[in-house]
Formats: sequence, structure tokens, C-alpha cells
Amino acid sequence: MSLSKVKHIILVLSGKGGVGKSSVTTQLALSLSLAGHSVGVLDVDLTGPSMPRMFNIEEAKVTQAPGGWLPVTVHEANAEAGVGELRCMSLGFLLKGRGDAVVWRGPKKTAMVRQFLSDVLWGDLDYLLIDTPPGTSDEHISLAETLLKDARPGQVAGAVVVTTPQAVATADVRKELNFCSKTGIPIIGVIENMAGFVCPNCAECTNIFSKGGGEVMAQEFSVRFLGAVPIDPQFVMLVESGARPVYPAGTMVNGKDISGANASTEQAAETSTRKDAALLADKYRGCSLEPLFNQITRDIVAAIG
Amino acid sequence: MAPSLEEPEPVADVIENPLKSKPQLVAPEPEHCPGPEDPDPDIPLISARLSGIKHKILVLSGKGGVGKSTFTSMLGHAFAMREENNVGIMDTDICGPSIPKMMGVEAETIHVSGTGWSPVWVTDNLGVMSIQFMLPNRDDAVIWRGPKKNGLIKQFLKDVEWGDLDFLLVDTPPGTSDEHLSVNSFLKESGIDGAVMVTTPQEVALLDVRKEIDFCRKAGIKVLGLVENMSGFVCPNCTHKSQIFRATTGGGAALAKEMGIPFLGEVPLDPGLDVHATTARVSLSRSPTVRPVRHSRRLFVAWQNK
Repeated sequence: MSLSKVKHIILVLSGKGGVGKSSVTTQLALSLSLAGHSVGVLDVDLTGPSMPRMFNIEEAKVTQAPGGWLPVTVHEANAEAGVGELRCMSLGFLLKGRGDAVVWRGPKKTAMVRQFLSDVLWGDLDYLLIDTPPGTSDEHISLAETLLKDARPGQVAGAVVVTTPQAVATADVRKELNFCSKTGIPIIGVIENMAGFVCPNCAECTNIFSKGGGEVMAQEFSVRFLGAVPIDPQFVMLVESGARPVYPAGTMVNGKDISGANASTEQAAETSTRKDAALLADKYRGCSLEPLFNQITRDIVAAIG
Repeated sequence: MAPSLEEPEPVADVIENPLKSKPQLVAPEPEHCPGPEDPDPDIPLISARLSGIKHKILVLSGKGGVGKSTFTSMLGHAFAMREENNVGIMDTDICGPSIPKMMGVEAETIHVSGTGWSPVWVTDNLGVMSIQFMLPNRDDAVIWRGPKKNGLIKQFLKDVEWGDLDFLLVDTPPGTSDEHLSVNSFLKESGIDGAVMVTTPQEVALLDVRKEIDFCRKAGIKVLGLVENMSGFVCPNCTHKSQIFRATTGGGAALAKEMGIPFLGEVPLDPGLDVHATTARVSLSRSPTVRPVRHSRRLFVAWQNK
């Protein structure tokens, strides 16, 4: 099977849609890659693939090679800079038009998930992140079924579960935690996304989707709480238009001033809207969420061992 | 006896027994549309059961977490504000049902009589049906493949005693898969009035919504309009308006124009709404959040009177 040279497989799960599974996957991948690991990202959200957009490689197509499909390269390894390679596979790369709907019932989705797990030529990878659709249905059952059957013992490191703080989201995510325990997938930890928004004008932090729900849930299920990630419109812009994140003067993250010299948000939006996928990891270094994910990544790597 | 999932299928069976006929998929087939499917023998029963329902409206979005259920609940309340209207909400999100929580009826169960299942009534004229009412424990995961989900949706349509309704709102899960195909094929004969699309402003969401609109075209469902949710956030401290999910490609308005469908309005983020939505009834007097809901209600009323 094509996963034989993959050291660790990490699933990114959430029962709820739109909580940021793909954003978290993107940032974990960038963070792991910046730490020098070789990373693959498999997007099994078949009816709503987001990874091509996230990595800004929507026009890319998958190449057929003897023995399977070659994943799309987001960036190559750069030993000097200590950056590992980053590759991605998604159904989005197989569609003719980006607006095309994939209207598949379960059996077809199952077949596609199996094919993604067996026919993609990943080569040597330190980490394979699998981004999933919301729910606990065909894609998830097929993933669990195939991985339990084919993966080496210990190869599936476990699942990172993403939630947002509000009760409506944690209600669904609890179901996903139960799914993991029923299927025997270990839980690496819970990430609470969209935890608060800092007003760029007055620095008042508002908890748009309430607060602390993820941490409480993690405690209840006795799983590790990996961290709370606030909403950063600059990260949204980085993904949406490729703009390098720039913060107003005086923005402090972990006691470090990350604001550019006198640069305002508007200027930044004008000067660096050029799309350049190769630079994505580079640009991400300047994002306020990078130190957060750096820590989360280190915790995950330590937890996996 | 109340229908329940008291003895769910052991998950080990689901995991260990792959599909009986192993599907073969050698090459990807990117072009897909809901093809002709064998008509279900129960469709006449469904049509008979739903004959007392005047209008059926779907709430769709390819993307998850954009506010389908929030919008559905609010539209339900908006329709039910007129006492002469009877409104039903059917939650077809089997793996992640949110409607019961939003309506404050999470702990209810379904009652069964000789003639069918009774929906849970939130108010005298607003009834709800969801799989959540059938779960033995609140947090139980429903680990079901497509066919079982389709079976339950069919039961929801065939066995639930809605009685005479003016509006049945159907809340759906994200995606374009089993639930959507089933709702469409089961309701085809009795007629769907149309679908309301919900999106958020950023392109990563619009991308999936575009697919859903494509699905509606292929399935022949009329798109009544598009609502943009989470459009901006007004800081409660300094009233500065921030674009949290910035519409770099023009947002919902541009998509509506591109697709030639009506744009129903923008709903800003309202941190107070979560409290309302999850603890009690949504307060419909709160103006900015509710305007597009009222607007879509008005628009729908105007459209049906045409």
C-alpha cells in the first residue's frame, strides 16, 4: 500500500462543519514543514474539498504515474532553510471546473476514499495529515476501516479534534469523540478554533462564539487540550488573496512585537496580493497564529513520540 | 413506544463488514449529476403523508458551519410568528443534528401513536423532527453509512404526522451526497418549492456553495435566494466594523449575481445570538440579524402569491 513509507498518520476530525478543520490542517502542515518534517496532506472531503484553495494550488492537476497518482507539490524541501517538503492530494484536483458538484452516494465515496489511501504515491513522509468532512458517516467509516486493516500498528498516531467554543458546535464534536473511542482511534488532543476575536481598532477581545467550550469538553473526555486559536483576519487574507500578514504597530504575540514598521493593513493588502504558492510557508512565518501552531505542533510531535 | 436507537448497530460490525458488493472505481469520474434512480415504491406513501403541507423549502449550503441551522430556526420562528401559520422543521443532518439545541428542545423524545410519529412542538404552531430525539444519550455518535441515513430520512417523511402545515423547512447537512439526493428524490413527486442557500463571505465557503447551486441546477430544484451570514462584526466596545471573513471575491452578492439568483441579504455576526439560540427562543425583535430572515419570509410570501 502506498502508505507504507509514511511514518505517522494524523486525522483532523470534527463532527461540526465550518469550525476550521481545513485551516487547522493547513497550519499544522505548514508548521510541521517549517520544523523540517516532510508532510503530506490528504483531503477526503469529497463534496467540499478546501485544501486546494487553502494552499493556493487550485489550478494544479494530479499526474498519473506507473502505480498510482502523484500528489501535488505545495513546496519542495529546502535543507538549508530547514523546511520539509509539503505535498497535497484532493478530489479538487480531479475536477474539470471548480464549481462542479460531486454528487455521490456513500458507496462511491467509500471507493474514492479507499483509492486515495491505496493509490497515491506519497513516497517517504514523516507525517500524513488527513483532512475530513464533517460528520460520522461514509468517509469516516471507510477511513477507519481501511486504516485499521492496512496500517502498521502505531502508524495511525491518532486524531486531532477541532471545535469552536459554542455549545452548538461542541454538541456535534462530542459525537466525534465518541466515534473515535468506538472505532479505537486514539485522540491526540482538542484544538479550540475561533476562540475570540481581537478588534484591530481598539484591541478589545470579543468572544464571538462564546468561550472555553473546547477546554471544558477536553476535560470531560479526559483528552489533551492542545490550545485555543483566536480568529485572525490576517490569516484569512493570507489564504484568500496570498497577502503577507501585517499587523498594526504594537501588536504583541507572546511578548514579541510582530508588527511591520509603520505598515498599515491597507498598504499590505495593496502591495502583496500576488499569488505565490511557493512562498506560502514563508508568509505564514509572519502570521500571529504561527507561534501558537508552532507550540501545538511541538506538543503533537512530543505526544506521538 | 417511542422510536429509539436504544440498540444501535454495534460499531465493530460497521467497521469490519465492508460493503457487501465492493464498489469498483478505477478512474475518477469528475462529471456527475444526480442520475436517474429507480423510483422508490414508498414515494406514493410519502406524497400522501405530505399532502397537507402547502410549501416545502430546503435550506442548503455546500459548506458546513455557515449557519444553515441558525437560519432555519429563525425562519421557522419568523413564519410561526403569525398564529395562522403552522410550521414544521425537519432536521436531515443525521450525524450532526443542531436544530433541537437551537430550538431549546434537546431533551425531548418522539411519541408514537397508531398513525405515526409525533413531532416535538416548540410552540403551538412550530414542530420539529430530528434524530437527536431518538438517541439514548445526548453525545452518542450516529455512525451510519448512506443507506441507513436514507432509510431514516424516508421514515421522517413517511411516518411523521405533520398534519396540515403551511411551511415545512428542511435543514440539511453540508455537502452534496446521500441526504440531499434522498430528500430530493423522495419529495420530487409532492413538490419542493425551492431552496434557500446560506453562505459566508470568504471564497473558501463560496467555492462549496457554488457546487451546491450546481447540484440544485442538475437536480431541478429552484434556488429561491442566497443569504450571506457572518458578514462582518461590529466591535461591542468601539463599534468598529471588522471583516472577519473578508469577501475578497465579492462575497455572496457577487456569487448571487454570477449565478443569476436573488440575493436575500447579509447577516452580521452577533455574539448575543449564540446565547439566544442555544438557551431559548431567538428573539426576533433584534433588528440587524433578523432583517434578512424577515426579508426572505416576505420574499417567499410575495413569490407564492404570484
